[in-house]
Amino acid sequence: MLGLNKKDTSLLLIVAVLTLLAPFILNPFPEGSAMAQFNAGYPDLMQRFVIFGIFAIGFNILFGLTGYLSFGHAAFLGVGSYAAVWMFKLISYNVIPAILLSVVVAGLFSLLIGFISLRRSGIYFSILTLAFAQMSFALAYSVLSNPKFNLTNGETGLQVYADDPQWFHRANAPDLPHLFGVSMRSTYTMDVGGWSFDFNAGYYLCAVIMMVVFYLAIRIFRSPFGMMLRAVKSNQQRMNYTGLNSRPYTLAAFVISGMYAGLAGGLMAAMDPLAGAERMQWTASGEVVLMTILGGTGTLIGPVLGAGFIKYFENIFSKINDNVLHSWFAFLPDGMEDFMVFIIHPFIGKGWHLTLGLLFMLVVIFLPGGLVEGGQKLLNWVRGKRKDKKTSGKTEPAE
Amino acid sequence: MDAILLQILNGLDKGSAYALIALGLTLIFGTLGVVNFAHGALFMIGAFCAVTLQRLLNLSFETVDETQKDFLGNPLKVKTPYVEAWFGPETGAAIIDWSVPLAILVAIPIMLLVGYVMERGLIKHFYKRPHADQILVTFGLAIVLQEIVKYFFGANPIQTPPPEALSGSIDLGVMVGFDPNAIIYPIWRLIYFAFATLIIGGIFAFLQFTTFGMVVRAGMADRETVGLLGINIDRRFTIMFGIAAAVAGLAGVMYGPLNPPNYHMGMDFLVLSFVVVVVGGMGSLPGAVLAGFLLGILESFASTTWATTTIPGINQIIIYLVAIIVLLTRPRGLMGRKGVMED
Amino acid sequence: MGILEVKGVNKRFGGLQALGDVNLSVKENSVHAIIGPNGAGKSTLLNCLVGKLIPDTGSVMFDGQSVLGRAPFEINQMGISRVFQTPEIFGELTVMENMMIPIFAKRDGAFRMHAYETVQNEKQIVEAAEEMLEEMNMADKRDMNSASLSRGDKRRLEIGMCLSQQPRLLLLDEPTAGMARADTNNTIDLLKQIRDERDITIAIIEHDMHVVFSLADRITVLAQGTPLVEDSPENIRGNPKVREAYLGESA
Repeated sequence: MLGLNKKDTSLLLIVAVLTLLAPFILNPFPEGSAMAQFNAGYPDLMQRFVIFGIFAIGFNILFGLTGYLSFGHAAFLGVGSYAAVWMFKLISYNVIPAILLSVVVAGLFSLLIGFISLRRSGIYFSILTLAFAQMSFALAYSVLSNPKFNLTNGETGLQVYADDPQWFHRANAPDLPHLFGVSMRSTYTMDVGGWSFDFNAGYYLCAVIMMVVFYLAIRIFRSPFGMMLRAVKSNQQRMNYTGLNSRPYTLAAFVISGMYAGLAGGLMAAMDPLAGAERMQWTASGEVVLMTILGGTGTLIGPVLGAGFIKYFENIFSKINDNVLHSWFAFLPDGMEDFMVFIIHPFIGKGWHLTLGLLFMLVVIFLPGGLVEGGQKLLNWVRGKRKDKKTSGKTEPAE
Repeated sequence: MDAILLQILNGLDKGSAYALIALGLTLIFGTLGVVNFAHGALFMIGAFCAVTLQRLLNLSFETVDETQKDFLGNPLKVKTPYVEAWFGPETGAAIIDWSVPLAILVAIPIMLLVGYVMERGLIKHFYKRPHADQILVTFGLAIVLQEIVKYFFGANPIQTPPPEALSGSIDLGVMVGFDPNAIIYPIWRLIYFAFATLIIGGIFAFLQFTTFGMVVRAGMADRETVGLLGINIDRRFTIMFGIAAAVAGLAGVMYGPLNPPNYHMGMDFLVLSFVVVVVGGMGSLPGAVLAGFLLGILESFASTTWATTTIPGINQIIIYLVAIIVLLTRPRGLMGRKGVMED
Repeated sequence: MGILEVKGVNKRFGGLQALGDVNLSVKENSVHAIIGPNGAGKSTLLNCLVGKLIPDTGSVMFDGQSVLGRAPFEINQMGISRVFQTPEIFGELTVMENMMIPIFAKRDGAFRMHAYETVQNEKQIVEAAEEMLEEMNMADKRDMNSASLSRGDKRRLEIGMCLSQQPRLLLLDEPTAGMARADTNNTIDLLKQIRDERDITIAIIEHDMHVVFSLADRITVLAQGTPLVEDSPENIRGNPKVREAYLGESA
């Protein structure tokens, strides 16, 4: 289907079903039950799942295929957000022009940065992209935010004000980002028994876009171009002596992934019309790197899994506090209960970053292939066990 | 003229920090072939050694002074630091006052140990892994270290004042014949610069004049050949890692009085120090030092009121701009050697 | 006039004269071997031919066009393919993918943004690659990860990748270095087969005399960066200067 082989088609279908049914899947626990704290079916959280999924899918096209580790992709995300908010300010709250411009601007910006950074490879490349990202952050935070020339609105963040022109704003359109009149914030809540499911317009826009770009990523992975990118990662020497110029290939991959990042940034602004410089900081770039390697670098589904995993646990971990912990460990004797809370306390709430850092190290050290590889190993292990059971009864004739 | 000199002097303290961190990064990269994203964290840990010592020295016990009354008429509670009780009030107060310089003595063994544990416990397992993995695992470590520090010391900067006697400023201008008050310079900055020079000189002398240093230099140039000579290069490299960690730590200890330490100071310096290394030339020790001071001074010029009113925020991007220009015109950096990270 | 003409090439590294006034002419459809003791400048010469090094003076002409100052990928597109001393293949890709990449490069040039097609739908290329695998006797290893091939198979794959581009000149850099005797003989047989069945010029740099004498039509002996003699294998065998150059090395 759609020019994909059977395996890829089923992968795409699974992703499509999961994203479309996410409001159900992510809210498995009835409202008001003790387990409701593990629900994740809120519009803004679901939006973050797919937006960061898009970001990571794009990052993986560069890092997963070519092996070039960029530490500056958050800059493209930030640029995309700024571009989108400017479109809201100048044109109208319709998200289509905003998203289009965010992709275009991020593409041009990544072309510029990629052109310079890709003169070097390996660590040099990582450091260059890191430096560029920090420079972009400084530019957005202070340089491009002064009374004479205010492009980013500095610390406050860029937002839409009542006196902005909005040349094409129609009177009957909502005063919030919308798609031809449908507000991104409009949510239909379905109550079934004790459960409550939210269907949010913004989420579904993001979800549809993610499916489209996921499909495009599959096409890239299976294309001759994708094969060349893997060749870059595998052996540049052989590539050059085979008559292929690796630089335009890497630059193309860099720009494509920059456009994915810009798209993610544009969608972020479309969900919440605000763009701030902190989105561009290199810790944000580090986060997308983590999502990709946690899920499985170079695999199709890995980055999506990684993004979902991290955003889910970020949400859960930040919500847990000592009271919640005490209620969890209430079954233990008092001393033990306090001890457990004491041990876990540094990792929850504001300690999420500590958990993130540890996770980062653990994945790189023990599971370089990420969740996908881990899952495969587990699957093989289970299969192996089953086979053992089947064959253990018989005695194999000796050869 | 004096204004220019003042800006150069103002750039020396940051330049010193850049140079010291970049020197350590280059040593580690040159010897172990590892890019250490946790190097900034070592700088930060050094600064927090001083913070910790300061807190330990200020540990006090309470006594009730019956001869004095507070405003409610109750006997006054007096806090006395233990050190004052042990060494007498005057010596004790002096020890507390000199906590930052004293922290150097504490930081050296701690940093050597931290470096040793880091190399043996983690980095060692990553020699054969791709550079990307090295970057990622040290990046993760950097986050963990800074979050641990944040957990214990909070997010706000902590004052670590210099000793009373060294906290003022002196008029340097008069000494070289300028008008009085033309160049007023904080003493501690001068000390920091002298300290950095001393350490840098020490490292170079160590590498130049000892057999150990000679082997390390040879190993930096060509690891395989030195390995073939049957010299146990790895053990020496471990020690070099410890030394690089100690250099970063000491740079941090002494930096506290200039800028109150906070948990993310390491990350802030790390990114710039990487740029310094790239500008100086990957793998070149003199390049790292030279570029460190040059960029520090440049940053100081870009921070003048004249510069920031002409181009707002120029002080925050000048180093990156210079790095880009240098890389476009001299891809190997100022003093980079051929063959280092060429591909 | 040969297909490859090297004239007056000099190359210095600091104080060391790596190549001194090298002249060389490789005739079309011949096998030309360049031999010499270690440090004679064989690899430097090769690197000058493929664009990795640029000589200080002199010219290198391939089919009437200068190769100097061109990047390796441009020189390959001119029709020169290179086999490395240790096989350089795409280790993380399958054998089939390894074979397809050079065919794509031949058809599409140094860069093409074919990001929306699917590799499997490129029927011509799939067929050409399968044919070449067949010829290399590797069809059964089609879907193996190429990094897991044996040393001999890696060498065969690399040679096959080069041949699939139908180059006019095939450069081989010590193709049997570090190989066991059986693998060496297999490689010699393969090269003989290539020589006999294809319109191709082969230039081979080699240390192993056995390989050289069983393949070459012409031999150039390089010593201390300068060609000592150039002659047919029979004459080289009896040449006292050559013996001296080699004995001098072993003494």
